[in-house]
Amino acid sequence: MSEDKKKTGLIFFPAFDWAISPTHPEREERLLYTQDQVFEEGLLDLDNIVEFKPGLATIQDINRIHICVPDAPSVITQSHLISAGGAITAAEKVMQKEVDNAFALVRPPGHHAMRIVHGARGFCNINIEAIMIEYIRHKYGPKKIAIVDTDCHHGDGSQDVFWHDPNTLFISIHQDGRTLYPGSGFPDEFGGPNALGYTINVPLPPNTSDEGFLFTLDNLILPILDEFKPDLIINSAGQDNHYSDPITNMSFSAQGYAILNDRLSPDIAVLEGGYSIETALPYINVGIILAMAGIDYSHVTEPDYDPEAIRQTSRTTRQIEQQVSYIYNLWKNRESQRAGVIKGADYLRRDKSIFYDTDRISEHQKETVRVCDECGGLVTTDSEASTGNRIFAVMVPGQSCPVCRKKGEEIFELTSKGLYHYVYFQDRDRDIYLTK
Amino acid sequence: MIIGIDVGGTHTDAVLLDGYKIKKKAKVITDQENLIKSLMEATEAIFGGEDPAELEKVVLSTTISTNAIVQGKTDRVGMILAAGPGLSPEMLRINEDTHFISGYVNHRGIRVAGTDRGEVSGIGDIFEKEGIDHVGIVGKFSTRNPRLETEIGDIINDRFGHISFGHRMSGNLNFPRRIATTYLNAAIWDTYNTFIKNVIEYVGRTKTTAPIYILKADGGTTGISQSAVYPVGSILSGPAASIMGILSLTNGNKDAVALDIGGTTTDIAIFAGGTPLLEPLGVTIEGHKTLIRGLLTRSIGIGGDSRVRYEDGRLVIGPERDGPAAAFGGPSPTPTDAMIALGLTDIGDRGKAIKAVEEIAGVKNCSIEEMAKEMFDLVCRKITSAVNEMLSEINNKPVYTVHEIFEGKKIKPEVVYVVGGPARPMAPYIDKMLGFPSCIPEHAEVANAIGAALARTTTELTLLADTEKGEMTIAEEGIQTGISRGFTREDAIGICKDKLRERALRMGAREDDLDIEIIEDQVFNMVRGMGYSTGKNIRIKAQVKPGLIAGFKKEEYDVRR
Repeated sequence: MSEDKKKTGLIFFPAFDWAISPTHPEREERLLYTQDQVFEEGLLDLDNIVEFKPGLATIQDINRIHICVPDAPSVITQSHLISAGGAITAAEKVMQKEVDNAFALVRPPGHHAMRIVHGARGFCNINIEAIMIEYIRHKYGPKKIAIVDTDCHHGDGSQDVFWHDPNTLFISIHQDGRTLYPGSGFPDEFGGPNALGYTINVPLPPNTSDEGFLFTLDNLILPILDEFKPDLIINSAGQDNHYSDPITNMSFSAQGYAILNDRLSPDIAVLEGGYSIETALPYINVGIILAMAGIDYSHVTEPDYDPEAIRQTSRTTRQIEQQVSYIYNLWKNRESQRAGVIKGADYLRRDKSIFYDTDRISEHQKETVRVCDECGGLVTTDSEASTGNRIFAVMVPGQSCPVCRKKGEEIFELTSKGLYHYVYFQDRDRDIYLTK
Repeated sequence: MIIGIDVGGTHTDAVLLDGYKIKKKAKVITDQENLIKSLMEATEAIFGGEDPAELEKVVLSTTISTNAIVQGKTDRVGMILAAGPGLSPEMLRINEDTHFISGYVNHRGIRVAGTDRGEVSGIGDIFEKEGIDHVGIVGKFSTRNPRLETEIGDIINDRFGHISFGHRMSGNLNFPRRIATTYLNAAIWDTYNTFIKNVIEYVGRTKTTAPIYILKADGGTTGISQSAVYPVGSILSGPAASIMGILSLTNGNKDAVALDIGGTTTDIAIFAGGTPLLEPLGVTIEGHKTLIRGLLTRSIGIGGDSRVRYEDGRLVIGPERDGPAAAFGGPSPTPTDAMIALGLTDIGDRGKAIKAVEEIAGVKNCSIEEMAKEMFDLVCRKITSAVNEMLSEINNKPVYTVHEIFEGKKIKPEVVYVVGGPARPMAPYIDKMLGFPSCIPEHAEVANAIGAALARTTTELTLLADTEKGEMTIAEEGIQTGISRGFTREDAIGICKDKLRERALRMGAREDDLDIEIIEDQVFNMVRGMGYSTGKNIRIKAQVKPGLIAGFKKEEYDVRR
């Protein structure tokens, strides 16, 4: 491990009085044993680990990234304002250089929340990392940001939010979508036409263990980050790749998570999923905190840790090697694929069906993006949900070109409510959010 | 009648209270080499000629434990740690006699690896060979399951003079602090026990049967015999005595700030609704962060005698003290000299004070008055900004529930109590800067002794019930018993209160003073597999909070001259 001690901010918010339902995995007890372990290890007494109280995110922070139907207050609880606020606090402490890096160990999570929000899916209502990222850009100016999503489930929400943004590199490593919720996250999901290659999906076979994750990190993620040269690296630190997680099938360990964070060296880590609350989370979280702070984590192991018993098969190793090399080539050739995707069109449309498993809502979207060489491109979305709500959203990207902005304004102006319950206009650069 | 004595670093103060009113007070010089002698002198001064039969109790605040630690007059302690996975053992090693064993307990209190008799005996052999007679045994999560520690103790018990157990120190989680606390407890064991034996002998000779109490760092008292098992509880009782004294001298039921402005340092404490705030986990002494319950104080290196100089184009105050103020023959200009020069106080030699201020005014090339004002202003600003910083830290302390984030209580001081030498000249300026009124309590010169005399017996207990395991633990009492699956939060609160009451009475509390409150109250549904509820995890903490003994009322309070 690296020898240098770093000053690490910890924003801990276990929401001991908030649950989706009493026996839901996302319940009061989730971070209880993590708290016990972090307290008992005395981590908060260490000179280079500082705890901060989370601030509160505002509705404006949410509206910068999401179109909430009918509006943000209706789709969130107070707890979401705190977890998003906790992520923002982590970012603030890093941006103000009060700390070298920060970990928002907060709940509820966010990475399944997409741009348009009709309700909760995958235990998520609003995307707390995405809100944090646009907060950073709003306050500190344009930034190239990389998200490395190490949750076991595909970060389909973050992918959707940043699909058209060439300044946000989104890399998700996760259990193969053919075997796990949400069923997406294949290598051919590669970003929108104006941001091709800036969404990278790395599905890994079930029972991938430390070697497989670290191979992917060393041979794919770190080289891509070297080439992308982000100003900030964010780890969506899901902890459900653990060998004891009850709702997934991977074989990652606390040591593996700590080594990954040591090598990745994220500026900000934000907790996502992870539901082996008693046998995995206490050790994973202590490992991540120590790794971020540059303190010896080699003694952080689960009581039942037996690397031989969970080691991936040689067949899995070969599959991962092939996968990594295939995806790295895709990334290398991202520019040359663009013409084939656009095929001379001015606008491209995609149809999406989205299921909100937590709230049991289904949604159908028609999303249109303007093909643009200058920016991420204007996006308009027609969305109809089983709640009966049909909406139309006009979304001007961050660092927008004048043409996309002008067209966006015209479309919003011309769109009458007519068929729609609500029509929205969102302009990230100017922090404008209008509803009619 | 009650005797309160505070054996401080310089002076030993004593008061004799009769019907909660001061009958006599005395101040003698402390002889650090012979604290018993200072104690006797102070007692003689206030109790000579009084009827021993009239004495209700004696309360003693002493520096014996603090001094032993600060001066390193400690015994060698053999430490046995059951650490399990987590921080590197190198970060946990507290001395060269620290040994690690393979057994450990996890966060649920489940024993993951058991005790290896041979391993423990072997460590015992090493300690014996090294001539070590004091042992500390500390397990990670031993507050969740003390059994591993006691088993280790049983293996080597007959070979050593004293063993301190980690789980008895506190119910709070924090392994490194538990290690430090246990180590210090064992390290000062002999010094402290010899001291209290001498005290008990001395008081015995005075023909009184009145109980003797020791003041603890949390501003509460404990019977002297009971204090023998927990010597570290008596460290830092001086600042605690001062805060309890201020509480007794003021009409304290408000949110308030207390400032004790001394010669070298200024100590800050905070009251919430008249109760002094406690350190969240425990006090820090000589760089050791501990689990010793103690009042929250912040000490800054600014006082009336701090050296003032002009350096790199700006005025610098403290933290060093070269001696008394120039007005009293000291070598350097001090804030006290500035106050004298400004006419805010008329102590000492005004000529010398003005001359000292003139020295710096010359460097800066301004008038004496301007410099004196600048000095005085800077001292007041430094103190108030430390107060504001402390308040903001307290009010921004992380909380872990949505309810507390939105509804959490904030400390909003309504008054600042100021004691110490420069209290009178400084209070009117400090209160303006803070934005709330000040109050200078009368008779503050014996506040510490009064605080000790009027403090009630305090203690706390932590109960953890795990109905899936079917077990309840109260570590501080060494209680570990089976419970039924139907065990509830209400059961837990009831038991915790009962056991706390028993503990407090055993420590010498009076029934009237058992102001019991629940300070932690959490219940978690334990769910395993796919939504299958397996039990409840119940966590209760109760305390008798720091406060003054029942019967004492501020308005009755007066000095008999």
